[in-house]
Amino acid sequence: MHELSIISSVVDSVVESLAAYPGARVKEVRLRVGALAAVVEDSLQFCYQIATEDTPLAGSVLVVNTLPVRVHCVPCGQDVEIESLQSFRCPVCGEPAADLRQGRELEIESIEIEEAEEAVGP
Amino acid sequence: MTTRIVELRRGILKKNDELAAGLRQRFTAAGVLVVNLVSSPGSGKTAFLERTLRDLKTRGLRVAALVGDLETDNDARRLAASGAPVRQINTHGICHLEAEMVGKHLEGWELGALDYLFIENVGNLVCPSSYDLGEKIRVALLSVTEGEDKPLKYPTMFNSADAAVITKMDIAEPCGFDRELALKNINEIRPGIRVFETSAKTGAGMEEWLDYLAEESGGEC
Repeated sequence: MHELSIISSVVDSVVESLAAYPGARVKEVRLRVGALAAVVEDSLQFCYQIATEDTPLAGSVLVVNTLPVRVHCVPCGQDVEIESLQSFRCPVCGEPAADLRQGRELEIESIEIEEAEEAVGP
Repeated sequence: MTTRIVELRRGILKKNDELAAGLRQRFTAAGVLVVNLVSSPGSGKTAFLERTLRDLKTRGLRVAALVGDLETDNDARRLAASGAPVRQINTHGICHLEAEMVGKHLEGWELGALDYLFIENVGNLVCPSSYDLGEKIRVALLSVTEGEDKPLKYPTMFNSADAAVITKMDIAEPCGFDRELALKNINEIRPGIRVFETSAKTGAGMEEWLDYLAEESGGEC
């Protein structure tokens, strides 16, 4: 249950990037979260409501894009999406595949902001 | 009002990752092999580490350990009986260790005077997998009492491990432990991973484990 510290990092990071947009309010925050990142979306959403109170993120929407796990299959010579987290095998040829190419991401992808009138250029 | 989308593409744990990268550089420069031990509570991390510290000291190697728990310094006191320098990290409610905690607890230690540094993480098979501590190898432990399907239930942790250790092998039989099934499950989650079957009590499997550590540290030991 480390979702609160993850969300706190998200809030800090977004507030930091708002320095370039004085007076702006955040409407949406989009995350990219790999299926192997060990975080639960419901927990992220719950923590987000609490952690954004009294910040420029208050009332904004958190969008979590979950990325499937992809591995590199040596015999097939390509990256493939595994069918289950209980079996790291190529779904095409059935061989074990240890080379993880996607699934651990834990990133802020983008934010949607509403800029204050005075912040709009001359 | 103008609406605008700002691309950030920023790692959420960037701060931890940067601190861990700094630690990794320090460890490499000092020539110390750092091992992060992760498992569920009660899997025998401390007993396994006690035995490891003792056996490495017998081989004439210089070892130290950091041990993470929410509260108490019980584990540090147990491990210190080996004669190795040991420090307790109390996280006071945090369910994993972070690079910053490790860095802070290394103060005053001369890393160049160590061959091995072990970090016993907080007992938890979920959260510690997200936090890089600057280690060279991450080792996931599984005891024979936990059920052979533990790797399937916690794929995130077992998939991020560099090696796996099965503990308490001395009681495998009375527990009805299905060794073949456990090995198969570990390999489904992390194909090709090295697995050590050990008992801290009898010393079974320890030679192989210590040889692996020697290989990982460059073979100079």
